[in-house]
Amino acid sequence: MGGLSDKKITLNLKIWRQQDGIADGKMVDYRLNDVKTDMSFLEMLDLLNERLIREGEDPIAFDHDCREGICGACSLMINGQAHGPEAETTTCQLHVRKFKDEQTIVVGPFRAEAFGVHKDLMVDRSALDAIVMAGGFITVATGNAPDANAIAIRKENAELSMDAAQCIGCGACIASCPNAAAMLFTSAKVSQFALLPQGKIEARERVRTMVEKMDDLGFGNCTNEQECEATCPKGIKITNIARMNREFIKSLF
Amino acid sequence: MTTSKLDSNVPSGPIQQKWDQHCFDMKLVNPSNRRKFNVIVVGTGLAGSSAASSLAEQGYNVSAFCIQDSPRRAHSIAAQGGINAAKNYPNDGDSIWRLFYDTVKGGDYRSREANVYRLAQVSNNIIDQCVAQGIPFARDYGGMLANRSFGGAQVSRTFYARGQTGQQLLLGAYSGLMKEVSKGKIKLYTRCEMVELVMIDGKARGIITRNVINGKMERHLADAVILATGGYGNAYFLSTNAMASNCSAAFRAYRKGAYFANPCFTQIHPTCIPAAGDHQSKLTLMSESLRNDGRIWVPKKENDTRPVSQISEEERDYYLERIYPSFGNLVPRDVASRNAKNQCDAGRGVGPTGLSVYLDFRDAIKRDGVDTVKAKYGNLFDMYERITDENPYKVPMRIFPAIHYTMGGSWVDYNLMSTIPGLFVLGEANFSDHGANRLGASALMQGLADGYFVAPNTVPNYLASANLQEATTGHEAFGEAEDSSKKTFDKLLNINGKKTVDDFHKELGKVMWEHVGMARNEKGLKEALKAIPKIKEEFWQNVKVPGQNNNVNLELEKAGRVADFIDLAELMALDALKRKESCGGHFREECQTKENEAKRDDEKFCHVSAWEHKGEGKAPTLHKENLVYKNVKLTQRSYK
Ligand SMILES: Cc1cc2nc3c(=O)[nH]c(=O)nc-3n(C[C@H](O)[C@H](O)[C@H](O)COP(=O)(O)OP(=O)(O)OC[C@H]3O[C@@H](n4cnc5c(N)ncnc54)[C@H](O)[C@@H]3O)c2cc1C
Ligand code: FES
Repeated sequence: MGGLSDKKITLNLKIWRQQDGIADGKMVDYRLNDVKTDMSFLEMLDLLNERLIREGEDPIAFDHDCREGICGACSLMINGQAHGPEAETTTCQLHVRKFKDEQTIVVGPFRAEAFGVHKDLMVDRSALDAIVMAGGFITVATGNAPDANAIAIRKENAELSMDAAQCIGCGACIASCPNAAAMLFTSAKVSQFALLPQGKIEARERVRTMVEKMDDLGFGNCTNEQECEATCPKGIKITNIARMNREFIKSLF
Repeated sequence: MTTSKLDSNVPSGPIQQKWDQHCFDMKLVNPSNRRKFNVIVVGTGLAGSSAASSLAEQGYNVSAFCIQDSPRRAHSIAAQGGINAAKNYPNDGDSIWRLFYDTVKGGDYRSREANVYRLAQVSNNIIDQCVAQGIPFARDYGGMLANRSFGGAQVSRTFYARGQTGQQLLLGAYSGLMKEVSKGKIKLYTRCEMVELVMIDGKARGIITRNVINGKMERHLADAVILATGGYGNAYFLSTNAMASNCSAAFRAYRKGAYFANPCFTQIHPTCIPAAGDHQSKLTLMSESLRNDGRIWVPKKENDTRPVSQISEEERDYYLERIYPSFGNLVPRDVASRNAKNQCDAGRGVGPTGLSVYLDFRDAIKRDGVDTVKAKYGNLFDMYERITDENPYKVPMRIFPAIHYTMGGSWVDYNLMSTIPGLFVLGEANFSDHGANRLGASALMQGLADGYFVAPNTVPNYLASANLQEATTGHEAFGEAEDSSKKTFDKLLNINGKKTVDDFHKELGKVMWEHVGMARNEKGLKEALKAIPKIKEEFWQNVKVPGQNNNVNLELEKAGRVADFIDLAELMALDALKRKESCGGHFREECQTKENEAKRDDEKFCHVSAWEHKGEGKAPTLHKENLVYKNVKLTQRSYK
């Protein structure tokens, strides 16, 4: 624990640059001085971008929005790790103080067969929406709901369901998986509903259509590498994958 | 002064029956005809997602648009604390009437009674809907829903999902949206920014969008357009809003004739993590619940830079406890914020910038033990430490107020329709329900009330009676709108000046925070009204926007938004200047009680200020919608 400081360091950045979805990309070196250690990682990139703009160069494109670790927009492979070195922390919540003066930092986009690069570090993660569209919902039209307390739900189940529902849909699990599997993401949604009575009605169809969609989109298979759990910024557990597998088997009978 | 367009269309009859009667009186569209109508929904936050799915379920064809790569990333996702409803599950005396009453009073009597009553009425249906969608709200051991209390209320009426209520509600609304996308009833356009509203025959008939990935402009035709595009807190540059939150959709509609109401009503949240320096890109909110156990103080001595451990108890000023003995650290948001500012202005602020005050848990830890404090606030303490590198179990947190929410927005009538027929505005983007100050946990409620229950009744009523002419995207109105947006983008790209978009945005933010922030006065507002046009002039001559308009160009997007923020900022300052009273979040230093509290002037200002655009470079016209209170009595707030 240090508290805020005036400390400034120099970083040697190697950043993936790619003009658009078709062009070839390459790593480009940037030496960035006067980086305050209190900056967030994205503020450090802002600083670099402001300099690039002033020098008449093209700023680096990356996704971000809430900068609070909840919207799931930010991504980035930082020195080979999705969202960088700090456990349970998104890139937008990572701070420069976690790096050393003169350290080299390699920054690349999230990669997977289903994720194409739009530009630089910005990728297309719409495949995750497609998986949700395949069944990640409870069919209840507005106005059709019974009183909220009509069904009691065990506190324990509500909590487990919430653990799974916390997924921010960033795709780090996929980018970290050697097989680019989307099991953690999909199983978190399946689990959230499987644990609640409201979700039971459509449970069979849900798990089947979502898993099918996942396969169709080119996501790989799970070989139990557990990288997804290790990298998840929200601490989603692989027990969800086991639950999804059980749900899937149940759905076959 | 004309007031003709400002007919609130509030139905007659007793307030309890207005909405039900209105629902009965409104026209319906036969189920088999609904597929003939197209509705555009811009924005997929709570308000937009819920409206889109509800209208699609009824059978309308919906097109939904958002800037982010997925509808699930809308700014609503960041809401922490909870959502209010008048369920009265805890049996502690809550009712629709009490929620209505608290909201009108909390808004310092500057909201429309009938709208607020309806909000309280449908609040219960929202919770039902959300539970049915599988939102894992907090529950007690018997399996029933848990509630907690939240600022400004004496009952426990707030439903929550840990500290991520907004996330869970949005994911629920998003799942409903995706369900309809999968059925083909909603066509979803992500990474797609609305850049212009298209009007035919004086009615809203479509939008022009820019695809963020390839710069392509597209024309979209519809029978009605809904804006659910969020608030404009980022006019201040630093706020708790997400980076992409912007005013452009509502402001471009303003330029086309949609009046903008109460632009100066902004809310400042007292417990944010202070800015660490000039590099700061946004501010992070710490839940208000911290004030239940944390004690706020500053050193009595000015410019006291000693570490906390060296400041003795006698040298500390627990100023909220001193000034407001009965509410203490739990005074409402605006009061807590203003007092923090006063302390810092007087040179007693702490931290490297002198712009923060202590929020100290020492006594709570001593009283309840570290474990209890950890159980209650562990997440927040961790987040604080991640950002500041300080351990709040050992040293007090430092907090400072930040812009958080905007009560002002597009003027809408009881049907949530703007002054442009066929243009509806929902959620934080409209001005409707919170008056001059919003109570905690009420924005989520309003967004979902608008989207799930109000618009799905009032939009069909419009469609059934609008008698729209046949049109195509070949109509000249589309051509003109597209050309004019293209020209604006080209102009921005061709200036090739010396300052970046952020340079201007930060400059604007400074003026706004200084003069149109927590406390306002005539002199400062007049200064702002001189400074903002200068920023505008320089912006259009000296901004540097790199790249082209044919692929990802985030600077170009930002430039378009900042240009609108500059214009809106001027309107905010003007509105603040004209409203010579203090009310809610709008504190005019000239208008305070002997105890330094906000002093309303109900005789002169019990109205909504709705501004009409009169053309580039011309002064806007102020229209007033008088507010009539038949069901609540206007009183002076006091927290002593
Ligand atoms: C940190 C924080 C905590 C909060 N906590 C609470 C809380 O506990 N309880 C509570 O009640 N309220 C809370 N609020 C307030 C509340 O979250 C917001 O007021 C509310 O979520 C706004 O919802 P919305 O649907 O109106 O807009 P948003 O969620 O802001 O959505 C706006 C949508 O419009 C889209 N959009 C904008 N412009 C365009 C354009 N030109 N073209 C296309 N799309 C566009 C965006 O992409 C997005 O999809 C909090 C706010 C913040 C900042
Ligand atoms: S920017 Fe939202 S999670 Fe990082």
